[in-house]
Amino acid sequence: MTDLAWIDAALTAARPQAVGALLRYFRDLDLAEEAFQDACLRALRTWPEKGPPRDPAAWLIMVGRNAAIDQARRRSRHTELPDEDQLSDLDDVETPMAERLDNANYRDDVLRLLFICCHPDLPATQQIALALRIVSGLSVPQIARAFLVGESAMEQRITRAKGRIAKADTPFEAPGPIERSERLAAVAAMIYLVFNEGYSAGAVDDERASLPIEAIRLARLLLRLFPGEPEIMGLLALMLLHHSRAEARFDAEGEIILLDDQNRGLWNRNMIGEGLALIDKAIRHRRRGPYQVKAAIAALHAQAAAPDDVDWAQIDALYQALEVMEPSPIVTLNRAVAVSKTRGPEAALAMLAPLEAPLGGYFNYFGAKGALLKQLGRAAEARQAFNQAIALAGTPAQAAHIRKHLDQLGRDADLQAARR
Amino acid sequence: MLYAFLCYNDEDAVSSWTKEQDDAVMARLGAVHAPLQKAGRFGPTARLMPTTAATTLRKNTDPPLVLDGPYAETKEQLLGFYVIDCENLEAALNVARDLAKANPGGAYEIRPVRSFFPGALAQAATVEAAAAE
Repeated sequence: MTDLAWIDAALTAARPQAVGALLRYFRDLDLAEEAFQDACLRALRTWPEKGPPRDPAAWLIMVGRNAAIDQARRRSRHTELPDEDQLSDLDDVETPMAERLDNANYRDDVLRLLFICCHPDLPATQQIALALRIVSGLSVPQIARAFLVGESAMEQRITRAKGRIAKADTPFEAPGPIERSERLAAVAAMIYLVFNEGYSAGAVDDERASLPIEAIRLARLLLRLFPGEPEIMGLLALMLLHHSRAEARFDAEGEIILLDDQNRGLWNRNMIGEGLALIDKAIRHRRRGPYQVKAAIAALHAQAAAPDDVDWAQIDALYQALEVMEPSPIVTLNRAVAVSKTRGPEAALAMLAPLEAPLGGYFNYFGAKGALLKQLGRAAEARQAFNQAIALAGTPAQAAHIRKHLDQLGRDADLQAARR
Repeated sequence: MLYAFLCYNDEDAVSSWTKEQDDAVMARLGAVHAPLQKAGRFGPTARLMPTTAATTLRKNTDPPLVLDGPYAETKEQLLGFYVIDCENLEAALNVARDLAKANPGGAYEIRPVRSFFPGALAQAATVEAAAAE
């Protein structure tokens, strides 16, 4: 690995803490980002020679802060030369600022930086774009490619989102326990959005495929700052367990391979092991939450050596728990799939009927409905459901998967016709 | 003389490596391990899971206190380590509690092992013991 690759990794790792501290210091996001950029440029010049500092984040904060102050001084000198009094005044202004930096409670810095991206006025896609820009430091072209939009459109979107959070009052004082846990919940939801944006994208060569890795990195960061939060353990476990299947989820043509048909040898055992270890830790707290339950469901799939080994009764029970915590027709739909394995497709289909109204525009609903009808040998109704699914497919891979079902129905019909 | 080599690095940076970067490092290390293994000098090696997977049992209190996360104090020094096969974290904590009763003070950080290589030393020791009999 070249010097530059190592330094790049170190800068990426230090970014949330450094920008978070600079934001608290300058109370201005653009200034903080600029200062961080300056510090990075200096790091690229000096680190290859002197080696990286012991604490890269602290180095970047100090250098970034000094660079920004130098620049402010130079700017003011251009307008008029300050006399001695003013210069000493400047020093006085600096002292409390430096203290603010030294007393840094950096976990709240990082949490704040993540939290400002979760502003409730911002739609989900803007929250994700903003977090990738500000916290992860991805470039605008990178983010634009991930969202399949033009660079200038993405630039505009990010600028607009930044404008909105600049107008919102960013709370800079250290949050109380309730406020802190509310922020944590909002940030966890945003990180999960980043994950899903990539996870739902499609095949591995898609630019969006890097988003799950970024989400996992952010969740690790968050858990290191708040080590005793079972829901953050659950969130990280959930994402690791899902992402462990990344290599097995698509075939050579980029089509989805369903869980049952995946080559389990391609599942990433390191990620599964880490996910299970985190669930183990979370359980000890006896404070169940939705992320932990979802992670436990993913764990039951990950632990099964073959599709027939999956403990569907346990998955059914976990979805029932989830229905109480986070009632939603999608959770019920997922539970119906578990029920179809334990009590048969008829029972599952009965659970689906009342979901038609809320999920009438949802691809997975018709996909599941079609599969159950097909299992029951109700080919015509199955075909109708699959056609509705294709009309709602969000990605070519989703549509291709349903088309496979339809082809199979077609072949079965031909076979029957031939027999007659 | 047996020496233990304790590996330190910036976890944040290491977990930011791409799979290719990680594989490249492991391949380079593998090339260093191979001749040592061949000479029977290479002992057990473990790559640990991230500190986010760690749990710490503080045994300077009675009963010992279980805390999430790694052992972060700098007052004490690393004096040794065990590798023990346990069913789950609860079982590992029970082993740690037994050890704590035998040797109070300080702490045990319990960190799941990501990958483990038994090495050639154990084998060599068994052969030696058999020869001595």
